[in-house]
Amino acid sequence: MNPASDLFAPDLFAPEHLMIAPILIPFIAGALMLLYDERQRRAKLGISIGSALALLLVSIELLNRAKGSHLPGDTGIGFYLLGDWAVPFGIVLVLDRLSAMMLMLTALLAVPALIYSAAGWHKQGQHFQSLFQFLLMGLNGAFLTGDLFNLFVFFEVLLAASYGLLLHGSGQLRVRAGLHYIAVNLTASLLFLLGVSLIYGVTGTLNMAQLSLVIPNLPAADRPLLHAAAALMGIAFLIKSGMWPLSFWLSTAYMAGAAPVAAMFAIMTKVGVYVVMRLSLLLFGAGAGASAGFGAEVLIAGGMATVTFGFLGVLASQGVGRMAAHLVLISSGTALAVTGFALMGAGSALLAGALYYLVSSTLATSALFLLIEPMSREEGGIAAMLALTADAYGLDDVEDDGAPEVGFAIPGTLTILGLCFGACLLVLAGLPPLSGFLGKFAMLSAGLDQSSVAAPLIWGFMALLLLSGLATLIGMIRIGIRTFWVTDGAAPKVLALEIAPVIVLIGMILLLTIKAQHSIRYMEDTARALLTPAIYTEGVMSAPRVVDQPKDDTP
Amino acid sequence: MEIVLSTAIGILAASGIWLLLRPRTFQVIVGLCLLSYAVNLFIFSMGRLTVGAPPIMAKGGFVNPTAYADPLPQALVLTAIVISFATTALFLVVMIASRGMTGTDHVDGQEREQ
Repeated sequence: MNPASDLFAPDLFAPEHLMIAPILIPFIAGALMLLYDERQRRAKLGISIGSALALLLVSIELLNRAKGSHLPGDTGIGFYLLGDWAVPFGIVLVLDRLSAMMLMLTALLAVPALIYSAAGWHKQGQHFQSLFQFLLMGLNGAFLTGDLFNLFVFFEVLLAASYGLLLHGSGQLRVRAGLHYIAVNLTASLLFLLGVSLIYGVTGTLNMAQLSLVIPNLPAADRPLLHAAAALMGIAFLIKSGMWPLSFWLSTAYMAGAAPVAAMFAIMTKVGVYVVMRLSLLLFGAGAGASAGFGAEVLIAGGMATVTFGFLGVLASQGVGRMAAHLVLISSGTALAVTGFALMGAGSALLAGALYYLVSSTLATSALFLLIEPMSREEGGIAAMLALTADAYGLDDVEDDGAPEVGFAIPGTLTILGLCFGACLLVLAGLPPLSGFLGKFAMLSAGLDQSSVAAPLIWGFMALLLLSGLATLIGMIRIGIRTFWVTDGAAPKVLALEIAPVIVLIGMILLLTIKAQHSIRYMEDTARALLTPAIYTEGVMSAPRVVDQPKDDTP
Repeated sequence: MEIVLSTAIGILAASGIWLLLRPRTFQVIVGLCLLSYAVNLFIFSMGRLTVGAPPIMAKGGFVNPTAYADPLPQALVLTAIVISFATTALFLVVMIASRGMTGTDHVDGQEREQ
């Protein structure tokens, strides 16, 4: 065994390399599709869906690893040292239960959105599939990364892709919404950078695990600076997660997006929520000394204000698009408020309920975004609507595939659409028997036997939770009646390709409901691990380099 | 030197924010550029200010870290410059598209009614 062969023939397909696959697969797929001519849509679509399916398989395997004790070192943390640099100095990817769950959710949303786009949306502009893959790459990277600067880089990757996707299909409305969206997010990125550099200036590290170790021992004089840095970064993430009053850009942008894009955007606010949850519990958890619980009040107040703003918005919305955007706000506001309670020491049960609610409400809002367009379709069907955007884009002469879009239109359109809409309604309003009810019930029952948080706060939160459910019910029923009962007879023509993704998403929700025992147990383990930052810290800091590991291979 | 640098960052940031809040897209984009200059200088200053110190240490033996500049903020600022340049360029494209579609350079795509 000469060292050179060790160096140049590494075990490329060793199972630990799987961790970087969620970043590499969409990256390679996206780059590959740039080589294809814009007319080879079928090939692009195939690559894109193949990549999303591969991501789904990888994320299932990673979830299994995070759940069991298959992780190296038995710490409950998977890690991947890029370039095999020692831990606090190099770039590290970290996989734990929370990130595995978010990876899975991303892949679960991506497959239906891509199938939906096959009904025609992917023809409405250039590089849709590539941008979509880069969005997935940014999302997966943000969920996996273990240091703050890479978090910034992956955020920029996903934002840059989302700028392009939001403008997909063009049109005046989208360009205007895109202009606002880009300006807001560029400003937020600058705040993010300020916070990151300030944290580096105060602590000398950007590795999240090491930060969690450094913060308790920080000199008192540096602490205000650290808090300022955390607050700056917090504003950046809260803009992304749509906390009131930083959320005014959100409803217009989400409404303007093409249906498959909006369905994927349903998880974009959750990236913000994920980072807030991850960083605040890791850096300012119970063991953070004088900084423990920093920002909890802001998160609780902001989260509750967001829920209030969201349900008022739902009640006031005229169209189902704006209503869906406000439903996104309710969901992320709830998760933010619960993160605040968890920072105050509310225990793992509340957090577990919120995680379960987060997953099911994200699936449901995504399904709703996909439903909006078929529901509000005029008699002309998708052809007329697409012609409108094609006109704006000047695509008329590029119609290549020969036959015009005549897919299989489903029978009993209104019934199926109505049933899907009803399922979304049940989840979002939190009514039995679907998973939205279970999530809300878990949060309420954890809230009832809460002793570590001031009673008015937790009762206020529970009241808001119920009120927002009621408002969702009223708002959505109004839309439902108008769309499904008061119609003039002519049912819209809906392709099977458009309704299948919605049914897939609702199937996920059903699965989540039937397997509630397993999934809630998983969420509880996740919440416990989140509330014990030592698991994350030790898991990452003790990650051994490959060169230091004893060789056990036999020639 | 500290006072000069912090004044420069302050002036850049203040002008950037003022321009960012203006109603014309061109003013917004210039504001974003100025703000990103301010942020880049700020990142740079987080590695402590040194004059004439190299960022790469000599190999082997004892090195006195105070004689060297911190290389990390320099690496960070390089990345940040590239990213903000790219996204600003993208913003410029959207801005021009908006100008072409609406015929006005107001950020809302329409002039305010007087």
